[in-house]
Amino acid sequence: MKYYAEKLSDKGTIAVEDTILMKDVASCAGSRILEGFKSLFSAEAVVRLQEKGYEIAGKTPVGEFGLDLVGEFSYGAEQEGTLSGAAASLVAQGEAEAALGVDMNGATRRAAALAGVDFLKPTYGTVSRYGIISCAASGEQVGVYSKDAAGVAKIMGVIAGHDDKDGTSLPEASYDYVTDKAISGKKVAIISDLLKKADDDVKEKVNAYADALRANGAKVEEISCDLFEVANTAWQILMCAETCNNVSRYDGVKYGHRAASYKNIDELYVNSRTEGFNFLTKAVILYGSDVLSKNRYKDCYDKSLRVRRVVAEGMKKLFESYDAVLTPACAKSAYEAYDIHDAFGKVFSESVFTAAANLIGTPALVSGGVQLLGKHFDESTLLSLAYRVERKGE
Amino acid sequence: MIMKYELVIGLETHVELETNSKIFCSCGGHSAAKEPNDCVCPACSGMPGMLPVMNKHVVELAVTAGLMLNCNINRYTTFDKKNYYYPDLPCAYQITQLNHPICTDGVVTIKTSEGARDIRIKQIHMEEDAGKLVHGGSFSFVDFNRTSVPLIEIVTQPDFRSAEEVVTYLNKLKSMFRSGGISECEEGAMRCDVNISVRPEGSEEFGVRTEIKNMSSFDAIDRAIRYEAQRHMDALEYEIEELVQETRRFDDVSGKTFAMRNKETEADYRYFPDANLMPIVIDDAWLEKIKANKPVAVDEKAEEYREAGISEKEIDMLLASHKISKLLDDVVAKGCNAKDTATWILTDCAGILRKEGKTLGELEVTADSLAALIQMVDGGKINRSAARKVLIAMIIDGADPVAYCKENGLDRQVDSSMIEGIIDAVIAGNPQAVEDYKNGKTKAVQALFGACMKQLKGAGDPAVIKEILEQKLK
Repeated sequence: MKYYAEKLSDKGTIAVEDTILMKDVASCAGSRILEGFKSLFSAEAVVRLQEKGYEIAGKTPVGEFGLDLVGEFSYGAEQEGTLSGAAASLVAQGEAEAALGVDMNGATRRAAALAGVDFLKPTYGTVSRYGIISCAASGEQVGVYSKDAAGVAKIMGVIAGHDDKDGTSLPEASYDYVTDKAISGKKVAIISDLLKKADDDVKEKVNAYADALRANGAKVEEISCDLFEVANTAWQILMCAETCNNVSRYDGVKYGHRAASYKNIDELYVNSRTEGFNFLTKAVILYGSDVLSKNRYKDCYDKSLRVRRVVAEGMKKLFESYDAVLTPACAKSAYEAYDIHDAFGKVFSESVFTAAANLIGTPALVSGGVQLLGKHFDESTLLSLAYRVERKGE
Repeated sequence: MIMKYELVIGLETHVELETNSKIFCSCGGHSAAKEPNDCVCPACSGMPGMLPVMNKHVVELAVTAGLMLNCNINRYTTFDKKNYYYPDLPCAYQITQLNHPICTDGVVTIKTSEGARDIRIKQIHMEEDAGKLVHGGSFSFVDFNRTSVPLIEIVTQPDFRSAEEVVTYLNKLKSMFRSGGISECEEGAMRCDVNISVRPEGSEEFGVRTEIKNMSSFDAIDRAIRYEAQRHMDALEYEIEELVQETRRFDDVSGKTFAMRNKETEADYRYFPDANLMPIVIDDAWLEKIKANKPVAVDEKAEEYREAGISEKEIDMLLASHKISKLLDDVVAKGCNAKDTATWILTDCAGILRKEGKTLGELEVTADSLAALIQMVDGGKINRSAARKVLIAMIIDGADPVAYCKENGLDRQVDSSMIEGIIDAVIAGNPQAVEDYKNGKTKAVQALFGACMKQLKGAGDPAVIKEILEQKLK
């Protein structure tokens, strides 16, 4: 297991995933296509941490463009045996106080659940996306790994807030993240449709978490909701389309990997990209290209945009009745290395737990191996719920 | 020809906007570039991590263009990505507008030898330009100075019936956009795609359409249309070739059009909304602000100047540059006479600039200072020749006219007794010149006049001084 793509400082306490740029540091988002690429500037989230005196320990490897399960298909650092995310592992081992990662298709949340650490994907537009190696612009967001909810809240308070350099950044200058909201009487829904999809040990984890919430005075009940399945299909379509488009700039012309042999510009493109991307990224590119094509646009891409509105409406209604939703973060509590040719389908089916939050931009917090979902800007309720459960012994 | 044919033409015109920075980043426009890749940042060269941030001035200029062409201004407007690979397109997609363009359904009236006709505008949309490839030896070089330079594309309905109408329309756009501060429309800053078909006169159905891409000279557009129309008519009349819907390019040397490769014409651009740019909402307040700043349309402006007594030649010069016509308007707004002000700008200022090897476009005086100068002359505080000195200082050194006059003693009030005293002293001090004058050397008066002017430091009216001097010499 390779923990650092590049170690920067022994004193540093913050790890930064390789989808986030740092000035003059090699950043390749786990892909050969960006081999040797060094950024001219740092991501806004990194700059804000550095301005507050946090030192960056190093860059941690990610699966190519964050498209895989937890980071298993990183160029030059493909994993064997039991899978884990590098940043999540560093936090779990106490090597890093916190880590920054881009949550796009759930890899960060799954990695946190497997490592037993917390990860918050905040509300879309609250953390600047300036300086991240962007794939799915409409749903990706910088989030924070830490050992607990209090650690997440502390770092979120530093990195969140408006940034002129990101057109999707919301106007609020800053946000308060608290962990001490009263949770007694809060209503939490367990989604039975998602629970069914998880292994028994994961189900047990969710039920134990529900009991812990109840012990703190929250009301937890199981309900059925069919939005998550359609939300996942819509998000996979949008995510693939946007990723296909955003990685098309990696063409071997300007920077990164260029094939050694080509006879003309078309061959330069084809050879560089064939060598530069892994099989999973190629599948995403093909799928994304297909759903954007003239014949399929209306039935795939456009329909997904409409599904996004339907899901947003449905979830809004759900959050009128419940303060939070409790679900598994992934179907298993451990994953073994597998063949990359199976990756596209595997990630697709695992993302049913995570995709809704990316699709509609709501916050999602992984803690204690489970996931809490909340309404827009209500991170504090999720953090407070987790905080109470984490402090049960005190 | 056995049958009479009618030409049907629609136009797509790309116009480069006159902004200080590119459409989605703070790089200067490519006109500021001296060397290849001078005006380039991580955003407009397609590096990861950078996000497009909308330049509001682009929206304002596009709306202004829409108002000038009598369009509906859409209050909700969005951007889409158009995907294609080419080395001059750093992101491999162009940000443009497909689904919600900023302006729709306009109309512009053109006057040709056939009379006045309305050309309907289908839409105006905003987009970014691509870069440039330079080929040399066995290498190709990419220059990104022009990438992300803001453009508007004006799409007409198929309402043109002749090449003359097209060229008239383009000339009208050009003068409108120049006077509107939208674009200087210099060579290459206005590019056209021409959609053309031919049908038997009286027919309601359109013929097979071809598109001639990317022409920037009006002369080439005129020739291309005439050539292509003839080709279509020949094909229909003599059935020597079958017309197919295709994209063609015009070869300036041979004067012919040629089909482009199919590959370039049948691309699926996979348009989709750009999630990095939030929809732009133009509220009432913003629209009113843009309307208030909108320059009067060229036709109305010309009429306004004509009524103020400005000559046709001067009107053309004024309307050729938004900056200059705005300077005139601003000076007039401060109470100066329009005709006089036109002379100050187009004769005096232009003359001074010409001596400096500069053009009128490089004039950098404020309306405030020019108005102050003109008012000092009108109020008799300084004479015109002194004013010219002041104007030179204003243009070359950016001097303030009032302060300059004070510092150089040009603004003193002079009465005739003071002038007479100086003239007497000059006559007394130059007996030889007086003698020469009296002996018939009339030219000698110039030396005496010059000496008087020098002592008066430009104060007083030269005509009056000359008159008093000549009287005293008699």
